[in-house]
Amino acid sequence: MFWPVPMYLPLLVSAVLALGAPWAGRRMPPRAGAWAMLCAAVVAAGTWVTELAILAFTAVGQVPLVAAQGPWSVSALAAEDPVSRKIAAVCAGVILVLTVSLTLASWRRGRALVDAWRECRDIAAGGDLAVVDDPVPAAFAVLGLPGRVVVSSGMLRLLDGPERGALLAHERAHLRHRHHVFSLVLHLTTVVNPLLRSLERAGAFAVERWADEEAGAAVGDRRVVARAIARAALASSRAGQAALAATGGPVPQRVQALLAPPVRHRVGVMVAFSVLMAACCGSLAVTAHDTERLFEAAMHAHATAVRVSAR
Amino acid sequence: MAGGKDGRRAPGRRARGELEGAVLAALWAADGPVTAAVVQEQVPDTAYTTLLTILTRLCGKGRVTRRREGRSYVYAPVDDRAGHAAAGMHSLLAEGGDRAAVLARFVSELSAQDERLLEQLLHGDSSA
Repeated sequence: MFWPVPMYLPLLVSAVLALGAPWAGRRMPPRAGAWAMLCAAVVAAGTWVTELAILAFTAVGQVPLVAAQGPWSVSALAAEDPVSRKIAAVCAGVILVLTVSLTLASWRRGRALVDAWRECRDIAAGGDLAVVDDPVPAAFAVLGLPGRVVVSSGMLRLLDGPERGALLAHERAHLRHRHHVFSLVLHLTTVVNPLLRSLERAGAFAVERWADEEAGAAVGDRRVVARAIARAALASSRAGQAALAATGGPVPQRVQALLAPPVRHRVGVMVAFSVLMAACCGSLAVTAHDTERLFEAAMHAHATAVRVSAR
Repeated sequence: MAGGKDGRRAPGRRARGELEGAVLAALWAADGPVTAAVVQEQVPDTAYTTLLTILTRLCGKGRVTRRREGRSYVYAPVDDRAGHAAAGMHSLLAEGGDRAAVLARFVSELSAQDERLLEQLLHGDSSA
C-alpha cells in the first residue's frame, strides 16, 4: 500500500511558499525582493500545476485505453493508488480549466503588450518622452523598443526641476529593467493559483520601490523622489482620478520607505526563501518518485498476469 | 545618474534621448516660451552649449518651436503627433483592464486616509 501523505505534500509546501513569500519579500531591499518574489511565484505555481497533473494522472492511468499504452494493470493500479478517484478526477478538471484560463489570460495580456508596443512606435518622435497636453496630472511608461515615458503637461507643471528628474528616472527604471515582464509573469501565476494574489501585489509593490530607489540614486536625494510621488499622487487624487480607490494604495508606504533609511540585505530572509523553494522542488520530486513506483508496480503486475495466462 | 547596462553610469553622461526628454519636460513645465538660460536652470548638470545643441535638435524634429525675442531666442514645446498618439494611451488608463495593466503608472489611486497620511508626510518632510 502507498502512503497518501507524500502525494499531497507539494500542495502544502507550495501554499506555505505562496503565503510566506510576500511577508519575506517585503523585508528585503526592493530589487532583491522583486526577483525573489518572482522566482517564488514561478516555483509555487509550477509546483501546484505539476502536482495537480500527477494526481490527475493516477486516475487517467486507470482508463483502459491509457493503461494499454504502458502497459500496466488497471486493477493493480486501482488497488494500490493512495489517491481517491474522486480527488484525482477533480484535479483533472482543474487542470483543464487552468489550461484554458491561462491561455486566455496570456493571449489578452500579450495582445495588450503588443498593442502598446505598436503605439509606442507612433510616439517615437525623438527623445524618450512624449507629452500629452492635458492639465490632469498623469505619468506612465510604455514598453517598446525603445520604450517611452508618457507624461501629461499638468504633471510637469506641478513638479519642480529635481522632482521632474525623479519622475522621469522612475519611469525609465521601469523600462530599463523590463518591469512589465515582472508584472506579466506575476499576473499569470495568479491565474494558475489564486493563492498567489497577495504575492502578486507584494511583487508589484517591490517593483515600484525598485524604480523609486533607482530614481533616488539618479537625482542623488531620495527625499526628492518621496516629495515628487506625494505631490503627484495628491494632485491626481484631487483631479478626480481616484474614484476607484479603496485598497489603501501603496503610495504612502512608498513615500515612507523613501524617507526612512534604505532597507539592508538580510541573510536570514534570503535563506528562508531558498529553503522554501528547495522544499517545494524536493517534495515534488518525492511525489513524482512515489508515483513512478506506483506505475512500475502496476506494470509488473500486468507483466506477471500476461505470463500466467500464456502458460 | 544610475543607469546603463550594469546599473551605474557617471553623472553627466546621460543618453541623448534622456537629455532630450529632460529638456522637453522643462519646456512643458514653463508657463510660456523661455530662453535657453531658463531651461538650463531646470536641467541640472548640463553645459549651456549642450543644451543649445539639444534645443536645436528638438527644433529640427518639430517638437519645439523657437522665435527671436529681443537679443535671444525663446523656445516653446509643440503639441505634436507624438503627444496625440500618447493621448490615446492616456485615455486607456481610465478604462482599466489588461490594456491599462501593461502601462507602468507613476502613482496609483489614494483613499481619503492615504491623502491625510501623505499630507502629513509632505508637511513633516518640508519642515524638517
